[in-house]
Formats: sequence, C-alpha cells, structure tokens
Amino acid sequence: MTALLSVNGLTKAYPGVVANDTVSFEVQPGEVHALLGENGAGKSTLVKMIYGLVRPDSGTMQLTGVPYHPAEPRAARAAGVAMVFQHFSLFDALTVAENITLGMENAPSRSELSQRITEVSQAYRLPLDPNRIIGDLSVGERQRVEIIRCLLQNPKLLIMDEPTSVLTPQEVTILFETLERLAGEGTSILYISHKLEEIRSLCNHATILRHGKVVDSCVPADQTARKLAEMMVGASFHAPAKKNLHPGPVVLDIAGLSIKSKNPFGTSLKDINLSVRSGEVMGIGGVAGNGQDEFLLALSGETTAPAGMIKVNGTEIGIKGPNERRKIGVLTAPEERLGHAAAPDMSLTENAMLTGHVRQHLTTAGFTRWGAARGFARAIVERFDVRTPGIANAAKSLSGGNLQKFVIGREILQNPKVLVVNQPTWGVDAAAAAAIRQALMTLAEEGAAIVVVSQDLDELLEISDRLAVLNEGRLTQPHETSELSMEDIGLMMGGMEAEHVPA
Amino acid sequence: MFRLEARPQTSRTWVVLTPVLAVVVTMIAGGLLFAALGKDPVVAIKLIFWDPLFGQFASYSRPQLLVKAGPLILIALGLSLGFRAAIWNIGAEGQYIIGAICGASVALAFYPADLKIIFPLMILAGALGGFLWAMIPAFLKIRFGTNEILVSLMLVYVAQDVLSTVSFGILKNPEGFGFPGSRNLQKYPAAHNMELIPGSGMHWGVVTAFVVVILAYILLRRHMLGFQITVSGQAPRAARFAGVNPSVMAAVCLGISGALAGVAGIFEVSGPGGQITDSFNSGYGFTAIIVAFLGRLHPVGILLAGLLMALTYVGGELAQLSLALPLAAIQAFQGMLLFFLLALDVLSNYRIRFRGARI
Repeated sequence: MTALLSVNGLTKAYPGVVANDTVSFEVQPGEVHALLGENGAGKSTLVKMIYGLVRPDSGTMQLTGVPYHPAEPRAARAAGVAMVFQHFSLFDALTVAENITLGMENAPSRSELSQRITEVSQAYRLPLDPNRIIGDLSVGERQRVEIIRCLLQNPKLLIMDEPTSVLTPQEVTILFETLERLAGEGTSILYISHKLEEIRSLCNHATILRHGKVVDSCVPADQTARKLAEMMVGASFHAPAKKNLHPGPVVLDIAGLSIKSKNPFGTSLKDINLSVRSGEVMGIGGVAGNGQDEFLLALSGETTAPAGMIKVNGTEIGIKGPNERRKIGVLTAPEERLGHAAAPDMSLTENAMLTGHVRQHLTTAGFTRWGAARGFARAIVERFDVRTPGIANAAKSLSGGNLQKFVIGREILQNPKVLVVNQPTWGVDAAAAAAIRQALMTLAEEGAAIVVVSQDLDELLEISDRLAVLNEGRLTQPHETSELSMEDIGLMMGGMEAEHVPA
Repeated sequence: MFRLEARPQTSRTWVVLTPVLAVVVTMIAGGLLFAALGKDPVVAIKLIFWDPLFGQFASYSRPQLLVKAGPLILIALGLSLGFRAAIWNIGAEGQYIIGAICGASVALAFYPADLKIIFPLMILAGALGGFLWAMIPAFLKIRFGTNEILVSLMLVYVAQDVLSTVSFGILKNPEGFGFPGSRNLQKYPAAHNMELIPGSGMHWGVVTAFVVVILAYILLRRHMLGFQITVSGQAPRAARFAGVNPSVMAAVCLGISGALAGVAGIFEVSGPGGQITDSFNSGYGFTAIIVAFLGRLHPVGILLAGLLMALTYVGGELAQLSLALPLAAIQAFQGMLLFFLLALDVLSNYRIRFRGARI
C-alpha cells in the first residue's frame, strides 16, 4: 500500500537551533497518526512544512506517491492537505458562513455555501448554524467552524494541532467521533497533542520527536501513558504529588465580585464568592470564554473593583493596581503568554523585570538594576529548565511551552502569598507540565493560597483540593475535588446549578 | 524572484545599517530628481552634503548647522519617547509656537528690566506653555478617547492663529512703526539667548539639546519609566499587567514632548529668531518627526539624525541659491529620506531570500 504522506529526511534549521533534523515518517490512508514530543521538539515546524508555511532546508515529501513540496498553504490545500490550528483565525463580528467564505479561493454563492455547510455539519454530526455570529459561539463551536472549513475541501490529510485543549469532556467525545468517522472514510489525520490518554484512545500510530529528531514510533494503545511520556522526554520523571496538609486560615477572600466586561464579546463577572485558604489549591474549571480572562484581570489588578470585594489577609485590595498587589504578595500569570504575560520583542531579562521589579527589588529609586534582573532571569531559566540559547533572547523566540515555563516560574520564584494562574500548562509537554504542577503544589505546601484556572480537567483533578466552575461569569459552589466525578464536572461546566451536583 | 522571510529576532546590524543605507539611496534618487530638473546631480549632492561643512562659504553655513540641529534634536527627543509608547504627538509645531509665545511674553513683560532671573523664567514659561498645549490632546484622549494624532495636529493650526493674533496684537512692538511682530529679543540683553562661542552657532538651546540626549539615554536605559514607555509601545497589555496606567503614560509622553517642543520654541525666539512674528516658525515641529524616526527613536541616533537633517536644510538653501533648485525639490529630497528609511526598515525584521534556492 502506498503511504498517503511520506516524509523523507526533512531538515529545517533556524539560526542557533535545528528545528527538524532528517525527519522521516509515513502516514497511511485512513490512519490517525499522532505526533508526540516535548515543547521545542519540532512538531510545529514539521507540520508547518507539510502545510506549506515553512520551506524545508532539505529533504523530500510525497503525497500519494507523488512528489509534494507546497510553496504556500494554498498549494497544500489544493493538494488535499488541511489544517486546524491551535489558535483559531475567525472574525468575531462575522457569521459562520462569512468566515468560511473568507478562507475559500472560489467561494460559491452564499446560499449554496450555507447549504453545503449544513450538509457537512450533519454528515459529521457537528451541528452548526451557518448564520450565527462567531462572537456568540462557544470555543467548541468555533473549532467546529474551523473543522468544517477544512472538510469543505475534502482533504486527504487533516492536521490538527492540540484540538482538545479548549473543549469540555462532552465536546471531546463528539470531536473524537467525528475524527473516527473521517478516518473510517479514508481521510488520514495527523494529530498533535500532549494529552497522552487521548492519543492512546484515538491514534493508530505515533511518531515521537525529541530535539528535532524522530526517536521512536509505536502503537499508542500498546503503551502506558507513562511509557509514552518517557519516550518523549527520554528519561523517567515523577508525577506530581502533594502531601496532604490541613489548610490554614483564609488568605484570599472574594465576596460578591461583579465586574462588567469592557469587551463587547467579553463576559461580565457576576457575584463571585470564593475563599481560598493558605496551603490550598483551588481549581477553577469551565469552558473558555466564561469569564476566565476577566477573573484573572480582576485579581491581577488590571481591572479594579470596589475595595471590599477582594480581600487578602483581611486587607481590602479591590481598588489597588497590579504593583500594589504584588507588594503584598498577590501574583498572577495570565493565559496569553505573548503580549500579555510577556512582551514578545523584549529579552527574557526585560521580561523578568516586567513583573519581578517589585518583589525582587530590581530597581533603586526608580533606576533599573539590570544586573539583578539578569540574575533573576537566569534563576528562572535554571530552576524551570527553560530551553533558550540565552536570557538576552527575545520572548517570542522561545517555543510556547518554554515561554510558559518562564512566565509561571517568574511568578513562583517571587514567593507569592496568593498566586492566580490561568491555563498554567497550556501547550506544555507532559514532563514540563508535571514540573509546573509540582512547583505549584510545593508553593501551596509552603503556605501560599493558589488558584488554578484551567480548561484541562485532568490537571484540575490532579492538583486541586477544591474545584469550582465558571459559567457565563458565575462561579459555582466549590466542591471537594475528591468527591467529584468527571461527569459531575461536565454537568457543572454545562451550566447546571451547583445544588444539582452532589456536594 | 525573491521573497521575504521573517527573522526570528530583529537584526541589530540592520537596525544600525538601514539609516546609512537610506541616506545613500536618497542621494542616488535625489540625484536622479535633480538631473531630471536639468541640474548636475553630482554638483547638487555635493552642495547639499559637502559645501555647508567644507565649501567656500563654510564659515557662514557651519554655525547654522547647530542652530538648526538644536531645536530638531530637542523636539525629536521628546517625540521619540511618545512614539516608543505608541503615543503619536504630531502637533509639536503647535507646542513649539505656544512655548515661544509664553516665553517671549515673560521677557516682554519684564522689558526693559535687567534681571538675571528673566532668562530662566522665560525658559520655564516656554516649557510650561508647550506642556499645557500638549495636555489638551492628552486630556481629551484620556477623558473621551479621542485620537491624539488628529487633536494634536489640529491644534497646530489653532496655535498658528494664536500666533498671528498676538504678533499683530498684544505682543506687537510698540516702537515697531506698525510692523507686525514683537520687540527683537536679541536687542534685550537680559532675555537674549546669545551665541556662547562666537562662530559656532552654539547657544543655550543647543547645550540643552545635548544634555537632554544624555538624560533621555539614561531614562531609556536605566530608569523604570523608560522601560515602561518601551513596554507600553511594544505590548500594551503586558504593560498594563506590569502596572502601567495607560492614561498616565499618555499624559507623561505628551507632557514631556510638549515641554521640550516649548523649550525649543523659546530658545529659538530668544536667540537665532529674535522676535515673535506671525511666521517665525519654520516647521521644526514636523521635521522633528522625521528626525525621530531617522534616529531610530534612540537618543544618540536622534543626535546624529538631527545634525544630518540640519545639513540638508543648510545645504538645501545653498543649492537653492547657487543652482536655483526649487524649494519643493529640496523638500522632496528630505521626504525621500524618511521614505527610504521606512522602506528599508523591512530588512531589520525580514531577510531577503532569492528563489532558485529551492530543494
């Protein structure tokens, strides 16, 4: 049988790093093929070359036995390769159909397109109304738009970059059914994910990349998740563990927090009540876009609230700004790494200065102490194993996971009393995610109150003592994590009232 | 053909090299322009870039270099802080005019007293005038979210009207035989911003410009405010996360650039200009925008760019006189400089890859 896609010796070097080093693998027709690897292992570069976004330095590709070297994504699409990106490229203010038209070369008439969208969405059980405005859709629905956009081209190969990181368990189930249906019809799927359990249940074959090279391949179902992770990292590692401690006094106390969102597509926070104790990890779940960003902004001090709505150790901090909050030990790490948690074009040293200057005393009478900032940046890089040629490199030159380690590490090393993190391990490989989670738990053991906002339920179940869910800007009652099942959480995420979930 | 490939990091080499390359390309394109006008391009380029410094009449034109570079550098430094923070003050010309009016008003109010305090007071009044004029777009931006580009630009025309009103009105020289314009401050020793070293063109305004170059360098390299300014421009959300209040930042940037433009105005009027007239301003406030970008928004770069731009001014006048080149040609020549700089800027962030290197 001719392989659908065969990649032979692809190499791509960037200044200072070989992203892909003679990578070879094959994807068979109708196969769900996983690409596994740590952050910076070269998965993104590899699929970008397959999708024509990046040109290889050397090596060849064949699609259905025919030489294939796409000069641009358009050529890749014409050859039958489609890709769903981790970050969607949709316009909030336009409808589903309008968004899909924008990506098409020879767009059919609006009514014909709407009909085709409806056909495809029914055929693959992806319900979607072509006339709805993107801004009103959930993240799961937005992903459907991207998938349907790809399916309209009848692709032979569909590339999916971490598709489940933003979905509820129920949505993941629907997605997997769709992918299995597609594979059953002969479409091959190249699937990138760091969720090992998913790969084990979904994928027929896995190619494992490490430092830009193919180091192994396997049938995922035959391996344990732990074995897969070890293949990826090339070493064994420990799953994070928390000593069971009795939490101390309440540190963070949020009472009746309501903030109207300034963004027309944002979510207003409505009457949020939450108290987090010293030594406790509070998990906050929920589908993206239900007020997570607004919640983080309210705690970081980027949006302020009436003073008494947020208290830390009895001090009212609602109206205090970010740096005043840092002074008393309230630190945060926003979800968006580039542009919010870090300035993309600035060096790691400058980014260490960005939030570290208050607690690490990186300034004297307003004058910056760059030597001290370099020391702090170096400490973060070493302690959290941030892979970078040096701290003088720009934040944007780091891979997503490495930057995430830097951003979270920067806050953890400042020894916070309260730490609020949004999506702490988004896009981070298993080993690094374990390290970040362990660091969060250690911080809790040392007496900090920690709030982890995440869409990764496995993560929340693993590290949080109690769990609440954000739904349309409201926070459910927190429940002891140990007493919740996956199904309970799914129901809470779907907007079910807290009292219906057994506490 | 070729295509552009994004560099993983901004190239430091090209950041320094592009202004030099832009000057060279401008010389070539400008030469073609002059040739099309029927002038010898080599002679014209030499007149503009060489003769002001080393030509036959260099002893007259050389002092003019500092006289013209001083205000350009001073204004451009202020603007560069705002541009770094993505606060676009386009109205430096207006702040320059108002600063000059305020400073000159102080001098004229004291006339003919001979007090040491008068000159420093004038400079302070100039700074305050420019600052307050810049606070108008700042306030409107913060309070109502207006666009500072439009408001500051429109205020230039308001300032110009204020200027003609006062030069025909309350500031008019009572002994001026009815001519518009104020008393000549060059003839009022207590208020005269005189040449410090004869024949050099160096006056207090030029000294101030050099001092501000150093201060701006320290601010940007060593001070938290400078860091916050840079973050605000590069990543506004990260700046907010780092505790920068965008409203305060807008006010600070507009305020500093307004004050420096105002100071430049009063130094000019009390020195080389001499008097407030309805047309004493010569567009320094606008040219300084080019200087700021030509100097890469970097204090040392601005110092060099200011001197270069002053050279094209002085040389341009020479070329007009001796080659009868039209003023418009000289202005087009100066405009080309910014045009080519911005165009070549692409090379700092992209590299050119020629096709055929395909595998």
